Amino acid sequence: MGNLLEHMGIERDRVHFSWISSAEATKFVDVVTEISNRVRALGPIKKFVKDYDK
Amino acid sequence: MNTCTDKIREIALNLLKNKEVDRVVGFAKGSLPMASNPVAITSEQEVDKLVFDSVCTLNLANYIRGLKGKTAVVAKGCDSRNIATHIVENQVNRDQIYIIGVPCTGMIDKVKIASLFKEDITHFSEENGVLKIGTPSEEKELAKEDYLRENCSLCLHRNPVIHDVMAADAVEEQILDNPYPDVEKIEAMDCDAKWQHFQDLLKNCIRCYACRNACPLCYCPTCFVDESGPQWVGKGQNETDITTFHFLRAFHCAGRCTDCGACVEACPMNINVREFTRKLNKDSFDLFGWEAGLNINDRPPLDVYSPDDPNDFIK
Repeated sequence: MGNLLEHMGIERDRVHFSWISSAEATKFVDVVTEISNRVRALGPIKKFVKDYDK
Repeated sequence: MNTCTDKIREIALNLLKNKEVDRVVGFAKGSLPMASNPVAITSEQEVDKLVFDSVCTLNLANYIRGLKGKTAVVAKGCDSRNIATHIVENQVNRDQIYIIGVPCTGMIDKVKIASLFKEDITHFSEENGVLKIGTPSEEKELAKEDYLRENCSLCLHRNPVIHDVMAADAVEEQILDNPYPDVEKIEAMDCDAKWQHFQDLLKNCIRCYACRNACPLCYCPTCFVDESGPQWVGKGQNETDITTFHFLRAFHCAGRCTDCGACVEACPMNINVREFTRKLNKDSFDLFGWEAGLNINDRPPLDVYSPDDPNDFIK
């Protein structure tokens, strides 16, 4: 799915997949921090967003 | 190709006469030149309706689900792969289907041919790979292989993969160095260019859902776009909703699409809907070595788990 999104022009770094157990609190923090940083680096998305003013 | 039509009629006649099947699903001549209709015939008198030529572009696997009794179906390479997919997905029972296999040398691109003429095409005939096409004021002879549909020119499975009887001798399969030149062209673009490419592609979409209705994979009783609770996607002409529809429909076909081209054929706006599914076909092949519908025993890659599945996208 990530591949098709990338093919359509959605940056690969916007979609993340992970498997975290409820006991893995530190892994959760690490993953969320990494995702936040990578998405922040890309900036806000303008694609796939509905513009109701149009 | 005419010998093929004769053979199909002969097979259909025998099947109906001996009451081996309840109906034969095949192609009939369309109401316009260069068109064909799917047809289901149930009596011996009707077999003359059946034809097979270079404009049998729809996928007959779409018309064999949910029927009682036994159905014979005319199947090109891609149709037979979709029938195999139906069997794997428990949509039809192998015992209920009698497959009349037709080796296919490709179907022609009607849009490309129509663009050569100023007026509407009024007559069409073909013989030995030469198409004779005419309008009231002019007539042209074209070589069939120069005007194949894109999916047919890139087809790797022209002969039916399963059949009960063949209507002609098998044709030579194409060997292509690169079966996905179109996908690679898009892959080489940068992110915004890709997005723009697909927005331009879909700008004429009228959300008629002809692509979905022609597709043998789209058999859900209620499609996600028609559901209202929850409503997954807006129903209007908003660009985002149109993009979402095409993106998700394509993804529902991942690892199942046989690139038969029925979606493109059905599109009244001539949108190349295949551009989405092509990428998924390429990925299925690259990641899982999978091409849909090649036999009725293997489960599709998204249906099974293997420890060797590529999983480097999971953190």
